[in-house]
Amino acid sequence: MFLIDCPYCGTRQQTEFHCHGEAHIARPKDPDAVSDAEWADYMFNRSNTKGVFYERWVHNHGCRRWFNVARDTVSDRILAVYRMGEQPPKVKS
Amino acid sequence: MAKYSVFSLARNALSYHENWQRAWRSPAPKPEYDILVIGGGGHGLATAHYLAKEHGINNVAVIEKGWLGGGNTGRNTTIVRSNYLWDESAAIYEHSLKLWEGLSQDLNFNVMFSQRGVMNLAHNLHDWRELNRRVHANRLHGIDSEILTAAQVKAEAPIFNVSPNSRYPIMGASIQRRGGTARHDAVAWGYARAADQRGVDIIQNCEVTGFVINNGKIEGVETTRGRINAKRVGVAVAGNSSVLADMAGFRMPVESNPLQALVSDPIKPVLDCVVMSSAVHVYVSQSDKGEFVIGAGSDLHVSYSQRGSFDIIEGIMGALCELVPMVSRMKMMRQWGGIVDVTPDRSPIIGKTPVEGLFINCGWGTGGFKGTPGSGHAFAATLAAGEPNDKAGPFSLDRFRTGFLIDEAGAAAVAH
Ligand SMILES: Cc1cc2nc3c(=O)[nH]c(=O)nc-3n(C[C@H](O)[C@H](O)[C@H](O)COP(=O)(O)OP(=O)(O)OC[C@H]3O[C@@H](n4cnc5c(N)ncnc54)[C@H](O)[C@@H]3O)c2cc1C
Ligand SMILES: [Zn+2]
Repeated sequence: MFLIDCPYCGTRQQTEFHCHGEAHIARPKDPDAVSDAEWADYMFNRSNTKGVFYERWVHNHGCRRWFNVARDTVSDRILAVYRMGEQPPKVKS
Repeated sequence: MAKYSVFSLARNALSYHENWQRAWRSPAPKPEYDILVIGGGGHGLATAHYLAKEHGINNVAVIEKGWLGGGNTGRNTTIVRSNYLWDESAAIYEHSLKLWEGLSQDLNFNVMFSQRGVMNLAHNLHDWRELNRRVHANRLHGIDSEILTAAQVKAEAPIFNVSPNSRYPIMGASIQRRGGTARHDAVAWGYARAADQRGVDIIQNCEVTGFVINNGKIEGVETTRGRINAKRVGVAVAGNSSVLADMAGFRMPVESNPLQALVSDPIKPVLDCVVMSSAVHVYVSQSDKGEFVIGAGSDLHVSYSQRGSFDIIEGIMGALCELVPMVSRMKMMRQWGGIVDVTPDRSPIIGKTPVEGLFINCGWGTGGFKGTPGSGHAFAATLAAGEPNDKAGPFSLDRFRTGFLIDEAGAAAVAH
């Protein structure tokens, strides 16, 4: 089980949180202007990185706020926690 | 290669079983093959077997980074059934089940396929309606499927608590009597032995580290044991699919999540069918050794660690103690995880990739053991022809662009 440092509440157990997958996926600004392939890439394709991965979590059973986590998906080690809107930090696994 | 039979068993008994032949060779990789299959799990090995057997293509190698069946094939809870909702899924899973029914004979290897029946429980009105819909759809596809009342569930599986006052009341169930379980290792070994016998090279401890691609066409792979050339390459690496796709320069609609299972200490026989509950994400059968084999739900985060979070185990064991009260007095012996390749519509991907000559078979997620024979059969046909066959066709990677999804996410009694 992960111990996650909520940027608002501090360290809590994983069971208080919910993972919502890859972070920093930008919705195409004008959906009508993109091709089906580009839309499918936004909609369905995921980096699914083996190594340092940036993902979104929400503190469901706490402050209910969203934030980002950088985690090594091989060791499962959490490398950084940062707020929504912030740039992903450069981290090493 | 010696044929396994009661006579060979008796003959080998006379020499204290010390003179059994190795079941397959361990060759060094050749510089070139007609077809390369990456991944020595059940799906890759089945593909090689059917390539040699059905299509007469035996200049084939299976390349496995670890040992045969060391991925999800050797980590799963071995539930086999074909009662899926949609036409395309029903077609491939039922094709697979038919192959299971003759598999031990076909491979001359006892895969211990046991058609003990698979029950799916309904706990609420929504479950019950979905279940009825699915049973009727199955019947229209000619797939055996029956409805059981709560009293019938109790008669078939007396250890279950069917009291309406329980935490997870059982309203009824579906049962597919032709479903059941098989021995996971035997499936990998049986396919490996049969493929090897027809000339396929099975190369273990050899990791694919890159692809050789020229003008958008595949020419071979780079491995930890050197370069191997082939004009056609099939990828069947389950949880590592995105990693291989990344090496080849394209993206996949797949996420790799941990899925866990555990077994109890052995007890006397008390459960002679498989029982699954999608609502509480638990499924249980009793192995021939007497252990309860219990499958859990998956974690929602991406991971390649081959272990999951303990709260998942706590959650399903809490539910199982409610469903089967005697479990509260059993000990659990071992627990482990595998990394499953999950697609947005919970259906597999079989077919072409953006690289010419490179094909992929993945996305079987939490429920691909049952699909092993059907998947291998369809993927072999696809690799042999260079075009997907009728079973594989609907499961193209391109469906995420065209929108023709095969949405088994909520439909297939979920999971395994
Ligand atoms: C806990 C658990 C329970 C499950 N329960 C069920 C169930 O009850 N019923 C059911 O139908 N399904 C179940 N499944 C799903 C099922 O196990 C899988 O869908 C199926 O086994 C996948 O088979 P495969 O051959 O595609 O993959 P795997 O068996 O994982 O084989 C892939 C192989 O590729 C190799 N590989 C990866 N990368 C490379 C590389 N770079 N180079 C060379 N080789 C590589 C791996 O080492 C691995 O051996 C379960 C899965 C888990 C984890
Ligand atoms: Zn918080």
